[in-house]
Amino acid sequence: MRKIFDFHGGIHPPENKHQSLQGSIRDAGIPPELVLPLSQHIGTPASPVVAVGERVLAGQLIAEAPGFVSVPLHAPTSGTVAAIEDRLIAHPSGLPAPCIVIATDGLDEWVEQRAPGTGYRELAPGDLLALIRNAGIAGMGGAGFPTAVKLATRPDSKVQTLIINGTECEPYITADDILMRERPGRIIEGVNILRHLLSPSETLIGVEDNKPQAIAALRAAAAGSSIEIVTFPTKYPSGGEKQLIEILTGRQVPSGGLPLDVGVICQNVGSVVAIQDAVLFGRPLVSRITTVTGEAVDKPGNYEVLLGTPMSYLLTQAGYQPDRAQRLIMGGPMMGFTVPDANVPIVKTSNCLLAPGLTELSAPTPAQACIRCGMCAQVCPASLLPQQMFWFAQGKEYEKLEQQNLFDCIECGACSWACPSNIPLVQYYRASKAEILQLRREHTRAEQSRLRFEARQERMEREEAARTAKRAARKQAAEQRAQAAAAGGAGDEDPIQAAIDRAKAKKAAQQAGTGGTTSEREKLEKTVLTTRARLETATAKLQQAQAEGSDLADALQLGVDKTRAKLETAEQALQALLESDSPAPVTPADPAAAAIARAQAARDAGATSSPADKARSQLEGLEQRLEKTRDRLAASRNNGDEDKIVEALESTVVRLEEKVSAAREDLKAAGDT
Amino acid sequence: MFELISQYPLLAALFALVGLGAIFGAVLGFAAVRFRTEGNPIAEQINELLPQTQCGQCGYPGCRPYAEAIANSGEAINKCPPGGEAGIQALATLLDVEAIPLDEEHGEEKVKAVAFIREDECIGCTKCIQACPVDAILGAAKQMHTVIASECTGCDLCLEPCPVDCIDMIPESQSLQTWHWPLPDPASRDIQIIATDAAQAQDRAA
Repeated sequence: MRKIFDFHGGIHPPENKHQSLQGSIRDAGIPPELVLPLSQHIGTPASPVVAVGERVLAGQLIAEAPGFVSVPLHAPTSGTVAAIEDRLIAHPSGLPAPCIVIATDGLDEWVEQRAPGTGYRELAPGDLLALIRNAGIAGMGGAGFPTAVKLATRPDSKVQTLIINGTECEPYITADDILMRERPGRIIEGVNILRHLLSPSETLIGVEDNKPQAIAALRAAAAGSSIEIVTFPTKYPSGGEKQLIEILTGRQVPSGGLPLDVGVICQNVGSVVAIQDAVLFGRPLVSRITTVTGEAVDKPGNYEVLLGTPMSYLLTQAGYQPDRAQRLIMGGPMMGFTVPDANVPIVKTSNCLLAPGLTELSAPTPAQACIRCGMCAQVCPASLLPQQMFWFAQGKEYEKLEQQNLFDCIECGACSWACPSNIPLVQYYRASKAEILQLRREHTRAEQSRLRFEARQERMEREEAARTAKRAARKQAAEQRAQAAAAGGAGDEDPIQAAIDRAKAKKAAQQAGTGGTTSEREKLEKTVLTTRARLETATAKLQQAQAEGSDLADALQLGVDKTRAKLETAEQALQALLESDSPAPVTPADPAAAAIARAQAARDAGATSSPADKARSQLEGLEQRLEKTRDRLAASRNNGDEDKIVEALESTVVRLEEKVSAAREDLKAAGDT
Repeated sequence: MFELISQYPLLAALFALVGLGAIFGAVLGFAAVRFRTEGNPIAEQINELLPQTQCGQCGYPGCRPYAEAIANSGEAINKCPPGGEAGIQALATLLDVEAIPLDEEHGEEKVKAVAFIREDECIGCTKCIQACPVDAILGAAKQMHTVIASECTGCDLCLEPCPVDCIDMIPESQSLQTWHWPLPDPASRDIQIIATDAAQAQDRAA
């Protein structure tokens, strides 16, 4: 006899399992429409590979797994894809999720099934795992973790114990119980496949002692093999993975660790049967056994249901009386949740559909203050301190919650069940866990934003530095050119200076010599010469044309006349120019040149005049200006102009008076010399 | 020497204390140089707590400058609307100061949103690209722009420069991925009388 261990805490709620164990497994049949959510498991949702309107056969792949932690989805029966759209699913949020809707045709035609059969022993572990993965199997106990991922052991870790979970500790649910009773052979076949895959040193099937028929059936089926069926006293939640491992092996899975860390792999009996179907018959996971129970159904029992079957269809089969029901729960009374609508589909994790009567599961009584009795800590199977965590969850002290190992909570609800103040404790932990996970996600996102912001900042600084460097280089080059120009002195390199020089040279050339008349005469002479030459050729052409009697003769005559007229005017102009040439003075048209000429004349005059004359003229000019300013000042005062203007004029007058007196001094000094 | 010390115990004590002081001073001085901390660790920690939206609603050009202002010049901790009350609470805990309500002057706490460019209205001016603090807008001159939703921090900085007002801020809708269980309604525990009494009170009322 094997030694049985015990885990801390646990409760004994009323089992209520007998209602649904009246008959054997019934086939729920094919509903007119199947709704298959793309995410029926933990991990990345599957991505559809069929189009709307496409005909699909039973077992055909309709959505593939896009990642490692994901599973594909298969059509449960033959029909046409009616839609791929968001539908309400069985989720506590009541939010819709993408689903593939199949309108069934009732023929249930299967795709060709290829499977290694009993030849699986020849397959490499990787191929066997791929087979399990491609069959779309996800944990059927309730959590829905992809089975192939769970079975993929690391090469360095040895699987000591393979545990098959047939515990089913939650009240009302009997899906695993009936499976063990009616299909023990298939379970043992499945276990053999897993043993081949994992080669564990021991294989245990753990069943609570409240299922004697199931135990007897399994023992009979496993007779002669080394598979051991272990029974232990009924207690909730011994079906929890970590709790079951502790019961059977006495080993505790470390906080945050996996069962593999203590050399254990755990699988639900439902998953084992699905593996057996996939490996021996090539049948993907398209149906499951679901318990329909509660006082609101007339024929409670276990149904073999196609995935995607609307719950309302299944409930009709079980004789559901909506007027007697208070709500619909997917899962058991401890860990299940109320579904938003009776039309949501059955998925891979729907082990139970509970339709309690009006008085069956009483509405939660108002919660009262925590009296710190410690009953929750006594029943907690994870040895946590629920009353402390409740305190921190209320205050949203997430750091302290993590210090209290909140993430070891399996959300079994034992604390809420035991609480004399009816505090919905597990609800606080669920909310806090989710909140912490969200904060972590936000923190990762913030971290990413920070990195991107810093990268951008760095890039902008780099660009700015490059611009500054370029500007500095340009400035330096300009300075160098200026220096070179100054050193060379010629100023040839500076284009502006060169242009000024060219202009000056041109001007000088124009002013040099006898002025513009020479060039004009030359021009006229040239014109006369060329016109004469043109006239000669034109006349020659005209004569030729006249000799030949050409039509062009008239036109040529006209041209010759014109040229002759031009020649005459040119000759006249030249004559006139030659006549007026000698007396005409050079009158520079340029005002600048005129100003220069005036200035030169003035200077020449200045040079000849005495300093006394110069001082006198200066004095006269100043006196004139002073007079003018005084007049303006008076006018401003009369007009009542702004003080500013008056002040300015006054100061000007004062300054001019000073200058006049200074000029008088100068004049005096000049007179003295 | 020893004689001197034994004659004057005061001297012995003096020598001992001065000697110890010199040794420890040297050790501390060496440690100060050897284990010097780079940057400002407090500013670093504050920056960790800020939401990194880089929206500038606090009046600083990004989260890090604000963090440095809090650390170095004692700037108020309530100027970050995206961080909200939770952010102020975290900062208050870190800095061991009183948590103060959010400064309304700098905006109010809003639902997280993601920018969306109405692409047929975009004229491709690249102004929003230049404004985006996290390079979450993709596009080129005279080409349509688009927002990389997963990188958008919802800072609103691209709205103002857009000449054709073709950018919307779409609040993040709740999906199955973001949904989570809410905390139980605290009002459900406000009942001060014993449950059975409450039931009786209800019966009497009915």
